[in-house]
Amino acid sequence: MHLAQFNVAHLRAPLDSPALADFVAALEPINALSDAAPGFVWRMKGGEDPTDTIQHEYGDLLLVNFSVWESREALWNFVYRSAHLDVMRRRREWFHRAAESYTVMWWVPGGYRPSLDEAMARLELLRAQGPGPEAFTFKDFYESSDAAHLPAAAEVRK
Amino acid sequence: MTSDDLESMSVLGDPVRRALYRFVAEQGRDVGRNEAAEAAGVQRTLAAHHLDKLVEAGLLEAGFKRLSGRAGPGGGRPAKVYRRVREERSVSLPPRDYRTLALVLAETVDLLGGEEKAEEAARRAGERLAAGSSGAGGAAGLVGVLRGRGYEPYEEEGRVRLRNCPFHVLAETHPLLVCSMNLALCEGMLAGLGETGVAATLDPRPGECCVAFTPSKNNED
Repeated sequence: MHLAQFNVAHLRAPLDSPALADFVAALEPINALSDAAPGFVWRMKGGEDPTDTIQHEYGDLLLVNFSVWESREALWNFVYRSAHLDVMRRRREWFHRAAESYTVMWWVPGGYRPSLDEAMARLELLRAQGPGPEAFTFKDFYESSDAAHLPAAAEVRK
Repeated sequence: MTSDDLESMSVLGDPVRRALYRFVAEQGRDVGRNEAAEAAGVQRTLAAHHLDKLVEAGLLEAGFKRLSGRAGPGGGRPAKVYRRVREERSVSLPPRDYRTLALVLAETVDLLGGEEKAEEAARRAGERLAAGSSGAGGAAGLVGVLRGRGYEPYEEEGRVRLRNCPFHVLAETHPLLVCSMNLALCEGMLAGLGETGVAATLDPRPGECCVAFTPSKNNED
């Protein structure tokens, strides 16, 4: 099983505004860092350009990140134990403080590529029911064995 | 604290064991019996005995590794190697539980959105720590202060890196808050020491502290 992670962030200003320049400048190196990170499996790309962000129908100022990793440790080491951390420290300059959950994880079979709709559904599930084997966080983490025998997980997945 | 922790500690009562433990911990990598024996100035068999006692007590962990660096046939038999366990042991008499309170306070900072205030407070705490430490200023002063706080500083390519995160448990539960506060604390130490030739930067790595100290002229380039 692989670990899918999805997070959303509400931009303070459009991506092409000067206020977001530092963030946009960090996209290419940080994306390159993630793609080369140990345990990285896949991430949804917005386009061929390294600074293209994922297009979606959930609002212009909503930025989303979506990736799959071999393990919790692999994802953790990229998020918190790499140059990504320093960029994340500046999140308040670029994004509004989130009042509700903004990041969610769940297990997917190896080789499976989850869709954006599924990711949104997982985030909604986390928001509605709190962490569980089908939608969880670093803080309230569930092992893949917890999710393996869940009939409900198959429903959300389609 | 558990009685297990107390028992683990009591294993360190023996000075040879203490020397071996310190040596293995300071290397930050797998250490073979021969080099540990040499460092502690004892026979290999005696070192092996004590190293295994430290494993039994849960202070070190053991593995097998070819030390020759050659793999496959002719690479030699794998040798027993030792490293410090990641899990921490703490003994406080009478019992104290600062960890639980620290976790609750970190949670509170999150709830209040008080990261900036927390960083300011950490910076001031760093200044006080540095000011309160005696000794010469400069890099040696910095290393001394860091060592005193349990950071286990070492040099790498002209920079000072920190092998140990003294706030490990909190850094696992609240990484953004704790690493940001740690950076501020380190910046405060530099300010308190009047050290302007070195800058604290965030450069996290798996298994180590997130802060590194870099000569500041590199930053001005």
